Amino acid sequence: MANHQDVKIDKKKRSFLIAVTTVTGAIGAGIIAVPFLSSMTPSERAKAAGAPVEVDISKIETGSMITSEWRGQPVWIVNRSKAMLDGLKKNDPNLSDPNLDVVSQQPNYCKNATRSLKPNVIVLVGICSHLGCSPIAQLQTQGDMGENWNGGFFCPCHGSKFDLAGRVFKGSPAPINLVVPPHKYINDTTLLIGEDNKG
Amino acid sequence: MKKELKTKKSKSTLMTWIDKRFPLSSLITDHLTEYYAPKNFNFWYFFGALALLVLVLQLVTGIFLTMHYKPDAELAFGSVEYIMRDVSFGWLIRYMHSTGASMFFVVVYLHMFRGLIYGSYKNPRELLWLFGVAIFLCLMGEAFFGYLLPWGQMSYWGAQVIVNLFSTIPFVGPDLSEWLRGDYLVSDATLNRFFAFHVIALPLALCGLVFVHLVALHQVGSNNPDGIEIKKNLDKKTNIPLDGIPFHPYYTVKDLVGVSVFLIVFAMIIFYLPEMGGYFLEANNFIPADPLKTPAHIAPVWYFTPYYSILRAVPPILNSQFPGVAAMGLSVLVFAFLPWLDKSKVKSIRYKGILFKRWIALFVVSFFVLGYLGTVPLNVWGQFSNAIPIIGGVDKAIVIARIFTITYFLFFALMPYYSQKDKTKPVPSRVSYK
Repeated sequence: MANHQDVKIDKKKRSFLIAVTTVTGAIGAGIIAVPFLSSMTPSERAKAAGAPVEVDISKIETGSMITSEWRGQPVWIVNRSKAMLDGLKKNDPNLSDPNLDVVSQQPNYCKNATRSLKPNVIVLVGICSHLGCSPIAQLQTQGDMGENWNGGFFCPCHGSKFDLAGRVFKGSPAPINLVVPPHKYINDTTLLIGEDNKG
Repeated sequence: MKKELKTKKSKSTLMTWIDKRFPLSSLITDHLTEYYAPKNFNFWYFFGALALLVLVLQLVTGIFLTMHYKPDAELAFGSVEYIMRDVSFGWLIRYMHSTGASMFFVVVYLHMFRGLIYGSYKNPRELLWLFGVAIFLCLMGEAFFGYLLPWGQMSYWGAQVIVNLFSTIPFVGPDLSEWLRGDYLVSDATLNRFFAFHVIALPLALCGLVFVHLVALHQVGSNNPDGIEIKKNLDKKTNIPLDGIPFHPYYTVKDLVGVSVFLIVFAMIIFYLPEMGGYFLEANNFIPADPLKTPAHIAPVWYFTPYYSILRAVPPILNSQFPGVAAMGLSVLVFAFLPWLDKSKVKSIRYKGILFKRWIALFVVSFFVLGYLGTVPLNVWGQFSNAIPIIGGVDKAIVIARIFTITYFLFFALMPYYSQKDKTKPVPSRVSYK
């Protein structure tokens, strides 16, 4: 035992080895974390469920809407009447983003006054841009929503208001307009949601 | 005297056998029979023990619920109804668990308020307080994950709103919330992982944190209503604190009284008011989750409403509603800073001055008003005819919520100032009690 005490401990070597072991161990722990963390991302099955859906729009009466489903989200398709389209312009001064400056909220081909391919038919993801509730359609003018309402959507969660082009009103908790999903027409009455001509 | 007794009482052979292998007798003496707690504990000191009791209740009822519950979006709602209707005494176990969740927050809020008024977070109990804050955060997570499991409308849309809070974080937000959900929307994948968090991950963390909370408590000893360190006045012969009494049997017996009263209240709620008028179990949660239809009025369970009110009160800035989310996060985390915000020379409210008393009263009022407003729609009190200057907003409820959000944060932000300026009373050297 006495011999052991005589051996001089190389402290420098020891702390070097400790540092190297610690770093290697930390890198190893980091690498083994990857499969665990990525196991929580959407699975292949969840991704496959996000495929495009076809919708027949021939039966939507003027001035009414249907709700379809894409990627598990409600997608609204509203066939707007002439009066509804005229109402859109009147809303402009009260909107946060009337000119659609936030480009992430619609494809480029819908960056127009009606936010749509066909002027009367708008396609919107029915999820509030605030915290993801589904707003309630208030398509009629006046009624519950007060005197100057030109039709639109009202989010019951936190009171955000949107017009019939899914544009958000000033003073709403929602900061930006509703999303127009990628879509295209297969023929005059059939809409494909989730895919457009650009890819 | 004490030592004599100990030597006289010869240990049984079994105890000797155990003690050679596991320090059982010294654990019992160190933490129960010779762990000295201040003799002036009052009503407020019931709630730590009660929180422990509710934790055990939740663990036990939770285990039995897991035997019948199915964490599957198709089956979850039905399996909860099955527990309620077909499982023998399933209704009782489920109501114990759901009532236990709310009662957990009741006793924890009272426990935290006790710390607040008696300065229990101050030196040397900063770490003890921080472990407590971590327990509180864990508990909020546990409650949130658990609330999704019945897969009712409120479960679903509540989870949708909370997960989307993360998507407002600049840059990483949308990917982060997709990662949390494991899907593009709250779905079966989300339910399954929330179940994993609720029954394994967080309960483990919670138990671990409660353990270190108690270790830290026994290291520094309990504070008391006078905020006096009892370890400063020791009996010269025995080294026992003069103002201390053994935790067992004195406080175990006292806590048993608290437990009895608590269980009476608990049983009354379970048997007569399990839904507590929609505050403990919300009516919309008896409708199965429907991803295509949001309920007309979404409100979190009562214990989250003050923070939820703060979230709603902060307006979006630069097209981002992250500020509201950040304010909500801060409103919870701010408790962790208390040990360093309070610059007062004294611990207990008994010896603090009028400034602190006023501020804490304002804080309590803010907490309750925000809590109430979080349960109701924003248009509950109607609108002002014009937008209010500076604070902004036309809904009366929003304006009030904004004012009380400000006072909530001012309580903390101004504490270094008013706690220093406050005129404190002299603290006696020994504890006082009736």
